Amino acid sequence: MKTIAEIGLLAEQYDIAIVGAGPAGLSAAARAAELGLSVLLADENPAPGGQIYRAITTTPVTDRSVLGEDYWKGGALIARLERTDAVYAPGCTVWSVAPDEAGGFELGLSLGGQARLVAARQIILATGAQERPFPIPGWTLPGVMTAGAAQIVLKSSGLVPGGRTVIAGCGPLLYLLAGQLAAAGANIVAVLDTTPRRNWLAAIAAFPDFLRSPYLAKGLKLMTQARGKLPFRTGVTSLAAEGTDTVTGVKVTRGGATETIACDALLLHQGVIPGINLSNAAGCAQAFDAVQRCWTPTVDDWFASSIPGIAIAGDGAGIGGAESAALRGEIAALDAARRLGRLSEAERDEKAAPTRAGLARSLRGRRFLDLLYRPAEAFLAPPADETIVCRCEEVTAGQIRDTASRLGVTGPNQMKAFLRCGMGPCQGRLCGPTVVELIAQVHGVSPAETGYYRLRPPVKPITLGELAALPPTEFAVKAVVR
Amino acid sequence: MSGGSRSTDVIVIGGGIHGCSTALHCALRGLAVILIEKDHAGRHASGVNAGGVRQLARHVAEIPLSNTSMALWHRIGSLVDDDCGFTSDGQVLVAEDEEDLGNCRARVDDLTLRGFHHEELIDSAELRRLVPAVSDACPGGVVSRRDGAAIPLRATQAFKRKAAERGADIREGVRVTRVSRDGANWRVETDDGPFFAPRIVNAAGAWADRIAADLGEPVPLEVIAPMLMITAAMPAFIKPVVILRKRKLSFKQFPNGTVLIGGGYLGRAIRDENRTVLDWGKLATNAKTVWDLFPIMRGAPIARAWAGIEARMPDDLPVFGRSARHEGVYHQFGFSAHGFQLGPGAGAVMAEIIATGSSNVPIDGLEISRFTNH
Ligand SMILES: Cc1cc2nc3c(=O)[nH]c(=O)nc-3n(C[C@H](O)[C@H](O)[C@H](O)COP(=O)(O)OP(=O)(O)OC[C@H]3O[C@@H](n4cnc5c(N)ncnc54)[C@H](O)[C@@H]3O)c2cc1C
Repeated sequence: MKTIAEIGLLAEQYDIAIVGAGPAGLSAAARAAELGLSVLLADENPAPGGQIYRAITTTPVTDRSVLGEDYWKGGALIARLERTDAVYAPGCTVWSVAPDEAGGFELGLSLGGQARLVAARQIILATGAQERPFPIPGWTLPGVMTAGAAQIVLKSSGLVPGGRTVIAGCGPLLYLLAGQLAAAGANIVAVLDTTPRRNWLAAIAAFPDFLRSPYLAKGLKLMTQARGKLPFRTGVTSLAAEGTDTVTGVKVTRGGATETIACDALLLHQGVIPGINLSNAAGCAQAFDAVQRCWTPTVDDWFASSIPGIAIAGDGAGIGGAESAALRGEIAALDAARRLGRLSEAERDEKAAPTRAGLARSLRGRRFLDLLYRPAEAFLAPPADETIVCRCEEVTAGQIRDTASRLGVTGPNQMKAFLRCGMGPCQGRLCGPTVVELIAQVHGVSPAETGYYRLRPPVKPITLGELAALPPTEFAVKAVVR
Repeated sequence: MSGGSRSTDVIVIGGGIHGCSTALHCALRGLAVILIEKDHAGRHASGVNAGGVRQLARHVAEIPLSNTSMALWHRIGSLVDDDCGFTSDGQVLVAEDEEDLGNCRARVDDLTLRGFHHEELIDSAELRRLVPAVSDACPGGVVSRRDGAAIPLRATQAFKRKAAERGADIREGVRVTRVSRDGANWRVETDDGPFFAPRIVNAAGAWADRIAADLGEPVPLEVIAPMLMITAAMPAFIKPVVILRKRKLSFKQFPNGTVLIGGGYLGRAIRDENRTVLDWGKLATNAKTVWDLFPIMRGAPIARAWAGIEARMPDDLPVFGRSARHEGVYHQFGFSAHGFQLGPGAGAVMAEIIATGSSNVPIDGLEISRFTNH
């Protein structure tokens, strides 16, 4: 592996460019490089690992039990990549992926304050998941953050929130995180579980598969550990953060009764959804996944998107977890190698067979989790009018409902013209799913019919100065400026 | 809205600002209208443009339509019950050097001779007063003080809503596949069945050449994808919209601080997929112009960039008016990246022509026959 710290050192063109150095990107890059392809692996973080193995090569957390054994598995993936000729560019943001005139792609990259355009014949997007937005009244107060953000700080700096900490929400990661934070010394005064009780009814049919899944043992262990040690409260139906300058408490409704729990930090988590910013902006088709309740890019068995030459591997194409992400990365790389003529179809299929078996195993039981941890309606489409949905432009749930009904706005792209939600610095990353749910609710249609934002590049901001200094590519020099 | 009559007085094809405006003005004149839009109103050029409401630097053939429009923009709220985000802080054409300024002077003199007074030559002091942040090297320019900007999608939808309120039947998500003669009527075939009317308006934007071809009036329409970018909020530093003559630039700061940068650099349009591909090399040139002219902008983060699908004619002028071949057919397309401002007025003039047979607003030089008569 060759690590690149300066943008000028990148080649003009790669066989394959992979965006994101989490499990999917790491294994895709390793596999592609092992097959003799020239590979660029770009990631905005300073070190490889993605969210799950974040900071694995640099974390100050040395007690292995704090982050759990699974975390340390990431090391093997990185060691494998290190043995190849792949080019790895850390701290490198990819702000655009678009087809070029030569049938390949043009990537817009920034590294160390400088921008560049680089060509690649094939693309694998492995940009992973993001936390589902979880707007409740008061969620914009200082002291309230997402559980994922707390985990990033823990992994990269070994820090936990100070003072009384409440964790609230739903999903397996909630238990994992509560356990990790507690092990690292956080003072967790409550774990508020919003999993709707009736989800069990829907999930039970998928239970037999779950019994044979790799999640079972892990999940049970997490649950029992967390439940045994931590102050758990289930059946939470409503939450509001309280405080004026900073969070001082959280108002909780359970079983019809409401109480306030004093706290200094409130960590929110409502599961994860695919990060679709780059694939959406690149023009890849996407559809609403009614089970995972989120938009996912449309991919085939080889994780190829609707745009020939762009594949999407890992959680960015549908939540499946770290183990399946790594396997999906491999499969996507094999197909890219086939498209590049490096493997025949038969060779590709043969090489993919064992990985596919592993993938099926790793995904077994997923459906149970998806059904069980499906967020409650009230957290998908916040009922309180004053709840801020778009933080950047301070647009509330009430405004969105009103604009949808009074002005007949039927989709999130039209909503932008009236309320500017989705047009601030985050470009809809945080409000998109909620805006869609609210509009769908008002019109009594599904999110699928409501549609999603058309996201625009650059998917990560670059400065005007950086862009102005963009070195001309061969194409740009040849193109007639008009 | 579906389930209504399939026969009407006027069928408007295309729900951009032009189609919606014409539908509204027809309805205001008591005509029954069906508007057919394949996506949703404002989905294309009319919803994603720079929102520039500009009389400045228009071709003389367009000025009468533009003037009519400007009068409507200044009372837009009473016309469509929504202010469309219209603000009027003027537009300024900045001369980058003395030669440039000389051309500005000649232009303003020419307009004066023709009886138009909306463009005004300004010296460097007035330029500095209007645009304090502009680079010191610029010797002056031209201002059009009643110009401004509006919010494109919001404006287009306001026209649509008001048209619907006045009885127009708006059919979104319906594509016109063919138009043909059917006795006294035109038969407008769609993927939702046929519609009939004695009069049809072709306001299909970048797709209008296909309708024109069906009518035996093929036009050399070019599908273009002008690009725009917008920055994160900056401290307020400029009110009017700024444009240049020699280099491509259109530059505007919104009241919320974000800055819109455009000027006509083109990306690639894939019109059958409603998709565009940006050309970052050209956007870099666009950014370089801003870097030169407005040093304050150098560190501004670019929040997003996009392109819209627009129709351009070889002479950069719209096709506007009756068909050269058929009774009851009207064309309103090819606005060549400057048709947003024209929308309100063009709709009024088109409805007048449809309802009364003529209009006092001259539209000479915009006829389709300039391409179809050889
Ligand atoms: C990036 C950009 C910036 C611009 N900036 C400015 C500016 O600052 N100021 C200015 O004045 N102008 C500007 N313009 C130009 C302006 O946007 C256009 O001239 C104007 O919007 C054209 O309006 P329209 O109604 O003719 O076309 P459109 O808005 O494109 O509408 C045509 C409609 O017809 C529909 N249609 C097509 N075929 C069919 C069919 N077969 N069946 C049904 N429906 C059909 C399409 O879906 C489309 O919605 C800009 C344009 C772009 C792209």
